[in-house]
Amino acid sequence: MSGSHHTPHGEYDNDQSDYTHPDVHLHHDEAHGVAIRKQIWFVFVLLAAITAVEFIIAFIMPRGTGRNVLFIGMTLVKAGYIVAYFMHLKDEVRSLMITLLLPLTFILWLILALLIEGGFYNGGWFNL
Amino acid sequence: MAHTTTVGTSQWLGGRKPYGASYGKLMMWFFLISDAFTFSTLLVVYGVIRFSSSSVWADPEKVFTHFPGLHELFHFDAPLAFVGLMTFILIASSVTMVLAVEAGHRGDRKKVEMYMVWTIVGGAAFLSCQAYEWYHFIIGTHGFYSEALGELNGSLHLSDGSVAQAFSDGTLIIQNGMNAGADLMKSQDLVAKLVPGGAIVAENFIQGANLTVNQYAQNPSFAGLFFFITGFHGTHVASGVFLNYLVYKQAKNGEFEQRGHYEMIEKVGLYWHFVDLVWVFVFTFFYLV
Repeated sequence: MSGSHHTPHGEYDNDQSDYTHPDVHLHHDEAHGVAIRKQIWFVFVLLAAITAVEFIIAFIMPRGTGRNVLFIGMTLVKAGYIVAYFMHLKDEVRSLMITLLLPLTFILWLILALLIEGGFYNGGWFNL
Repeated sequence: MAHTTTVGTSQWLGGRKPYGASYGKLMMWFFLISDAFTFSTLLVVYGVIRFSSSSVWADPEKVFTHFPGLHELFHFDAPLAFVGLMTFILIASSVTMVLAVEAGHRGDRKKVEMYMVWTIVGGAAFLSCQAYEWYHFIIGTHGFYSEALGELNGSLHLSDGSVAQAFSDGTLIIQNGMNAGADLMKSQDLVAKLVPGGAIVAENFIQGANLTVNQYAQNPSFAGLFFFITGFHGTHVASGVFLNYLVYKQAKNGEFEQRGHYEMIEKVGLYWHFVDLVWVFVFTFFYLV
């Protein structure tokens, strides 16, 4: 059958392949595990520390655009660490990273379009 | 038919998984992207309504001040402290989740089970905290009377959604609005009376929050947005706890050991980290900014 060249192995045809395919093992040994765990705890301390700093800033800094920019910046740093190290996006292939992150730029458009619209009468952006 | 399947070296000839990721993991990622759009829409709507609101918006530092124990025993206000604790709990449960994934990569079943238990405990603790927060948000603490005046023969819109009308023969009619009479309004006491000269005075006691009125901001949307955004996130946490329990049970039954890998922990882990990720944004935009 000529089509057989283009037919992948039966084991790839459905999700059952995950149960048998060696690729998904991704085993690492104990020595490597120590390094990974160390990194996990580092990210935990970092996330907790950033949250604590946000909490302090909420009390010592007056409301305003500068404070909001600071909050949003720290939020994005936290989000980056969660996605990269907890969700392991850092270990995925580059094409998957791009496929997943590129559509999120639409959100920037949504924010810009709707917040400018929403703040039209009250000068919203810098008036919080 | 002879089995002459050729596995090519090109990406397109089969035999390779797209993006080098399994089907299940890829679909989880795509689902999370769509969920990210949903949550960002909700948060952007929060921004739009806040920006376009002509009245003063609620100050989260004055709204979320209850801390279990401190509030009940000492009536002590601890602004944002409890929500800070909730954030810490969720981050910690994210850590135990990623530790379970790491243990799975080493095939360490006992450790997987242990860390999954801690993750479930963290999720349940977060939900309990949220229940406490919602309870105090709805009940409220310092209510106030809002007074409104209406003219003779005119109608006066009251903040609970009802409409009061005064007529020259001395009658006063209060028409029930959308939410009047619903049990949601328990904390609210409405007094409307006719005063000499034919005007109506309505005194509305506003305490706590429901979908029509709240003590925190004049704009009723503030409470609605709070209920929807934190509620939608809480629903995600609840289903995450359920999924975590399922994979914990499977790990305990030795199903992953039989398969030879713990990838299911990874997939559910992606979802759980995403829930944590969303909370990071909710924390910033609802409680800090």
